[in-house]
Amino acid sequence: MMRANGPFALFKWEALLGDFPFFLEGLLYTFVISLSALLLALALGIVFGLLSSAAFPPARAAARVYVEFFQNTPLLIQVFFLYNGLPFLGLVLDVTTIGILGVGLYHGAYITEVVRAGIGSVGRGQREAALSQGLAYSQMMGYIVLPQAVRVMLPPLTMQAVNLIKNTSVVAIIAGSDIMFAANSWSSGNLYYGPAYVAAGVLYFCLCFPLAKLASYLERRAKQAFGQADPGQADAAATRAAAKGAVTGG
Amino acid sequence: MAEIFTVNNMRFLLMGLGKTLYISAVSLVLSTFLGCVLGVARNGRFAPTKLLSTIYIEAVRNIPNLLWIYVVFLVLRLKSTPAGIVSFTLFTSAAIGEIVRGGLSAVGIGQIEAAKSQGLTRLQRLLYIILPQTFRKIIPTLVSQFVTLIKDTSFLWSVVAIQELTGSATILMGRYYQIDQVLILYGLLALVYFLVNFTISAMFRNLEKRLSH
Repeated sequence: MMRANGPFALFKWEALLGDFPFFLEGLLYTFVISLSALLLALALGIVFGLLSSAAFPPARAAARVYVEFFQNTPLLIQVFFLYNGLPFLGLVLDVTTIGILGVGLYHGAYITEVVRAGIGSVGRGQREAALSQGLAYSQMMGYIVLPQAVRVMLPPLTMQAVNLIKNTSVVAIIAGSDIMFAANSWSSGNLYYGPAYVAAGVLYFCLCFPLAKLASYLERRAKQAFGQADPGQADAAATRAAAKGAVTGG
Repeated sequence: MAEIFTVNNMRFLLMGLGKTLYISAVSLVLSTFLGCVLGVARNGRFAPTKLLSTIYIEAVRNIPNLLWIYVVFLVLRLKSTPAGIVSFTLFTSAAIGEIVRGGLSAVGIGQIEAAKSQGLTRLQRLLYIILPQTFRKIIPTLVSQFVTLIKDTSFLWSVVAIQELTGSATILMGRYYQIDQVLILYGLLALVYFLVNFTISAMFRNLEKRLSH
C-alpha cells in the first residue's frame, strides 16, 4: 500500500502535511457548527422533554409528533429540504445556518427522549412530596425533578453529542466547509484519497473518542449510584429507556 | 399535482425503496452477526481478540458513517451496491458490537453460575443462557440502530449515486420544477421513510412487550 504509486504513497502524505492547515480550518468549522447545533438541540430537547411529561394532552401530542417525525426521517432529507425546498418558499438560508438548524432539530428529537426518560426516572413520590410542600410546577421541576434527573440523563446526553458531531458531516454534501468537505475537496483535486480520509478520520476520532469515553465513565458511575439507591425509587422502565439512549440513536 | 402520482412515477419510487430495503436488510443481517462476534470478543477474557475488537469498535464508531462510505468507495474502489453494503456493514457492526457488549454485561452473574453448575460448556452457556437474555434486553437499542441504518442509506445517492429511495425522489424532483410539485415530492419522500421506520419501531415494541411477559 505504501509503494511508490499506491493510494498511501509517501509523497501523498507529504502533500497532506503541507496542506494540513486546510484540514484544521475544517476542524474549526465542524467544532463551531457542532457546538451551535448542540446548544439548539439541548434547548429544543428540554422544551419538548418538559412538554412530553406535561399533564396537558395537546402538549404531549406536540412533543410526540416532533420526536416521531425527526427520528423516523433521514437527516439528509431534512437538510436537503432546508437547502433545496425552502428557496421555493422564498427563504434562502446560508449553508452554515442550514447545518446548525438541520442537525440541531434532528438531535433535539433524540434529546427530547432523553429528557423525557430522565424525568420519568425520578420517582413519583418525589413529585408528590414537592407538590404537597406547596411548590409550584415550575419549582418542582427546577428544584426537585430535573436536578435528580441529570444523573440519569448525562451519559445518554454525552453520547448524543458524539452522534451529533458525526452527523455534522452531512453539511459536506451541501458544501459546508467542514472536515469531511476539506477531505473531499482536497482529494478531488489531486486524487490523494488515502491520506485525505485518514486525516479526516483522525480529526473526527479526536473529537468523538474522548466524549464517548466520558459517556461510558458517566454511565458506570450512574449505575453504581443506582445500585446503592432504593431500587423501588426509580421507574425502572424509564431508567432503562435513558440507558438505551446512551449507546445509540441518530 | 395529479401529474406526480402517475403509475410510472410510483413504480420508479418503489424501485428506489426496494434498493433501500435490500441494502439495509443485507447490511443488517451481516452486521448483527458481526456485531455479536465483536461484542462477545470484547466482553471475553482472551486478550488478543478483546484488544482487536475494542480497537475495531472504537475506531469505527467514532468516525462518521458518511466518511466510511467515501473510504469504501474511493479508497477500496468498490462499486455501487456492494460498496453500500460493505460500508454500512462496517459501521453498523461496530455500533451493534457496542450494544451487544452492553447487554452482555447486564446479564446477572447468578445466571452464569447456575449454567456452570448445570454442567453447560462455555459455548452452551453463551448460546442458550447468555445471548437469548442479552437479546431480549437490547431489542429497543438494536431497533433504534436498524432505523438509523435505513435512514443513513440516504447518503448513498449523494456519494455513490446508487439509485435508492432518495435518489429516485431526487431524480423525479429534477423533472418537475413547480413549487407545489417539488414540495409534494419532499413530503412523499419523508412519508415513505417515516412509514417504513415507524412500522419497524412499532413492530418491535410489540415484540418486546410480548417477550417481557
